[in-house]
Amino acid sequence: MRRQILALILKELLAVLRDPRSRMVLIGPPLIQLLVFGYAATFDLNHVPIAIYDQDHSQASRDLVARFAGSPTFTVKDVLDNDRRMNALIDSRQVQTVLVIDRRFTRDLLTHQAAPVQVILDGRNSNTALLIEGYVNSIVSGFALGWAQEHGARAPPATLDIRARYNATLSSRWFIVPGIVALLTEVETLLVVGLSVAREREMGTFDQLLVTPLRPIDILIGKGLPGLIIGAAEASVVIATAVLWFQVPLRGGLIALYLGLAFFILAITGIGLAISSLVATQQQALLGAFLFLVPSVILSGFATPIANMPGWVQALTLVNPMRYFLVIVRGVFLEGAGLASVASQLWPMALIGAATLAAAGWLFRKRVT
Amino acid sequence: MPPTPEPPAAVRLENVRRAFRSGKRMITALEGITASAAQGAVTGLIGPDGAGKTTLMRLVAGLLRADAGQIEVLGTDVGREPLAVQARLGYMPQHFGLYEDLTVEENLNLYADLQGVPRSARQERYAQLLHMTGLGPFTARMAGRLSGGMKQKLGLACTLVQPPELLLLDEPTVGVDPVSRRELWEIIGHLTREAHVTVLFSTAYLDEAERCDAVLLIHDGRLLGSGPPGAFTAEMSGRSFYATSGLGRRRLQARLAAAPGVIDAVIQGSHVRVVTAEAHVPDPAALVAEATDLALTPTPPRFEDSFVARLRTRPLPPQSAAVRTPEASASESQRAQSHSGNGVSPEPVIIVHHLTRRFGAFIAVNDVTFSVGRGEIFGLLGANGAGKSTTFRMLCGLLPPSEGELRVSGFDLRTAAATARSRIGYMAQKFSLYSDLSVRQNLRFFSSAYRLEGARQSARIDWAIGEFDLAPMLESSARDLPLGFKQRLALACALMHEPNILFLDEPTSGVDPLARREFWQRINALAESGVTVLVTTHFMEETEYCDRLVIMAQGRVLTEGTPEAIKGAAHRPDRPDPTMEDAFIAVIEAASAKAVA
Repeated sequence: MRRQILALILKELLAVLRDPRSRMVLIGPPLIQLLVFGYAATFDLNHVPIAIYDQDHSQASRDLVARFAGSPTFTVKDVLDNDRRMNALIDSRQVQTVLVIDRRFTRDLLTHQAAPVQVILDGRNSNTALLIEGYVNSIVSGFALGWAQEHGARAPPATLDIRARYNATLSSRWFIVPGIVALLTEVETLLVVGLSVAREREMGTFDQLLVTPLRPIDILIGKGLPGLIIGAAEASVVIATAVLWFQVPLRGGLIALYLGLAFFILAITGIGLAISSLVATQQQALLGAFLFLVPSVILSGFATPIANMPGWVQALTLVNPMRYFLVIVRGVFLEGAGLASVASQLWPMALIGAATLAAAGWLFRKRVT
Repeated sequence: MPPTPEPPAAVRLENVRRAFRSGKRMITALEGITASAAQGAVTGLIGPDGAGKTTLMRLVAGLLRADAGQIEVLGTDVGREPLAVQARLGYMPQHFGLYEDLTVEENLNLYADLQGVPRSARQERYAQLLHMTGLGPFTARMAGRLSGGMKQKLGLACTLVQPPELLLLDEPTVGVDPVSRRELWEIIGHLTREAHVTVLFSTAYLDEAERCDAVLLIHDGRLLGSGPPGAFTAEMSGRSFYATSGLGRRRLQARLAAAPGVIDAVIQGSHVRVVTAEAHVPDPAALVAEATDLALTPTPPRFEDSFVARLRTRPLPPQSAAVRTPEASASESQRAQSHSGNGVSPEPVIIVHHLTRRFGAFIAVNDVTFSVGRGEIFGLLGANGAGKSTTFRMLCGLLPPSEGELRVSGFDLRTAAATARSRIGYMAQKFSLYSDLSVRQNLRFFSSAYRLEGARQSARIDWAIGEFDLAPMLESSARDLPLGFKQRLALACALMHEPNILFLDEPTSGVDPLARREFWQRINALAESGVTVLVTTHFMEETEYCDRLVIMAQGRVLTEGTPEAIKGAAHRPDRPDPTMEDAFIAVIEAASAKAVA
């Protein structure tokens, strides 16, 4: 009995590895995606183009501008001497921000009054605008603090002293790269498993399998385990790259991580097999996989926190295995979470896996072509 | 036979060569083809699947370029001016692009638009085409709801919207029911006679050769012969005989196939059709020593005889030449008791009782009843869409019936334990194998799936390699195998576990006549040793190997009986020796007459 399943698994792995195209799909795109996402997907802002309209032309205003010019976040693209081009520059996306220093800037500073600095933002991407606002704020308050010390003015009554636990520099890469472990594992496992049954259906070999003494449960295991093997191998490469290339700290234990991974792949395999048993062709399987993938990523907390979503959407995320694995993978990477603290995330994935695998097994026999 | 100088040739091929890259290998699709097709005639391009027929069609249509050689179509060099040629020809590929969600008329409009037929000319042209194809009453019907034969006729009508000078038809009759097939041929005859269209017609059905004015016989990318079909059969005159003996037709066939001076022996009804190497009546006593009562009656030659003769005299690659004697393979299932000839044991192994299968409102299989005895070869004959594949899938347990009962060696395979399935062997349509796995890996996988282990598994794999001559291709991927090898491997995989019952779905469609004979030789030997065989086919000739068969159309069984009895029922004074196709048509006509009455 075990030998039969072993033969199925071997066949499945051979079919994937002997076909140069599917070999490519397994190795090429994930590596490229990992590198591209690792570098591209970041919330950190760098080299934001800004324009300066300094009406004051004083020592103080030049100081402030120098702080902007010296910051890695901003690049001074343009210096204006009137307000005519200000809006046009933003409209045409040549700059994202214009900093306007008022004519009375030095006077107000010297008379210890509030010296207004105007910031005009491009609000079309609200997320970026908010981030820019934060950076501008911190530069301006840095300037204000410096000025106060040099000129013996009263320091602001309260100042912030920020220290971030887990990610001292608040590098968003540390947040995103572990997420990519979950993302790529989900994509690859879903494709390998989801397409495998559909391909056999297309080739006519699935009927051939069904008429052998193999039971549906055998076929299910024989189809599911290769997904687990390939998914785990795929995830290991991504984890290694995250640690060795992107230098994201892996603070927790591998056992907790791989246990989470196993449950995650199990759930994804179940979903892949369920999709696979519903469709007749590889094209439909691909469509089905993407219909699942996109909402699953958006509703996982990969980019936007689940806590920010409205209540009914949060309820929807409960059936999304990626949501649970993201907690595990980020927990293990950044918090150093151990087995005990990830356990609560395991059983929902086990439940999803069990339900989808059962559904797939039932559909295997049931489905009428 | 050299091409005659007149009438002028519409297509002239001069030493044409074309190869394709498939993975790492180069496959020569056509090599050294020198031939021509006469103006205003029907030239048949005849050969098995993979012979290079479609490649040749596409070269003539200017859709491919030849690697070497000259192709002249309607006086123009296709390689140099493909567009000039394409404006004058109509090409109907194997899977014609009908839009299933458009009506018959909308499809015609679409192709008229594509080919730039002026609106003023359309109504008259449509009227002609609809009349010719008999599609007049169905103009408002969705193309997807037409029968297979009607679809082909619509495809032909769409190809003819702009009257072409040269018409290229790539296997238009495959899988089409015999009535529609006959109608298609009438349309083609009409086109050449009235409209003087030149037709190049490709087919894998050898019996269609006789309907052509001239034939180009191709095999493995080479031209085996050309000329009028009469010339092919004339070479074979006086060399074909019906042999009868009390030995039983299967044994007789096996002995005759191995006898000296015999190049072909196939079962035909209750007797064996023999083709000899020389044109004189052989001495019966010298042919088969055991069959003392052997009687030979001369019979007219067929086109297939000359194809077989040409294949036999051609030097063959060693691995595909051998056809084993059945003794070698019969010994493989000793557990089954031997049977005498056509003797069918009384206890039925397969029982189908009032079986019905619906898909929504559509009834695919309608109240079908038959039973198959042990050691019997039983055929389900019908066109595409007749319900035979649905019946077949229900028997294999792949599809639940809507109503009725079925039993395969006492079990309903759908609900029976997995072990019940280890008694059956299954060979799917188009020889579905794992194409990325090598021959050896396929054998290993299927033997494991059938629970063979250890020494027995190795022994069976060795048996398969030896029996089916798979040694030279053992490490090749199944994808790269020639069609004949694929078929052998598929059968080997189905026989790994020595099943008692064998299900074969369209087992030899498109393979060359030698591979088909070799295949049936094996099946006959298995049936002799007690294996029950169920075959579906749309190939009229294949039914000759069956002990009994049913003819199906529109989900119903129209008739049941031995091939002899079914053919005998179609006997008419003007048709003294009806073929299976005649019988099929007679049965369908009788059924529709009954439906009208």
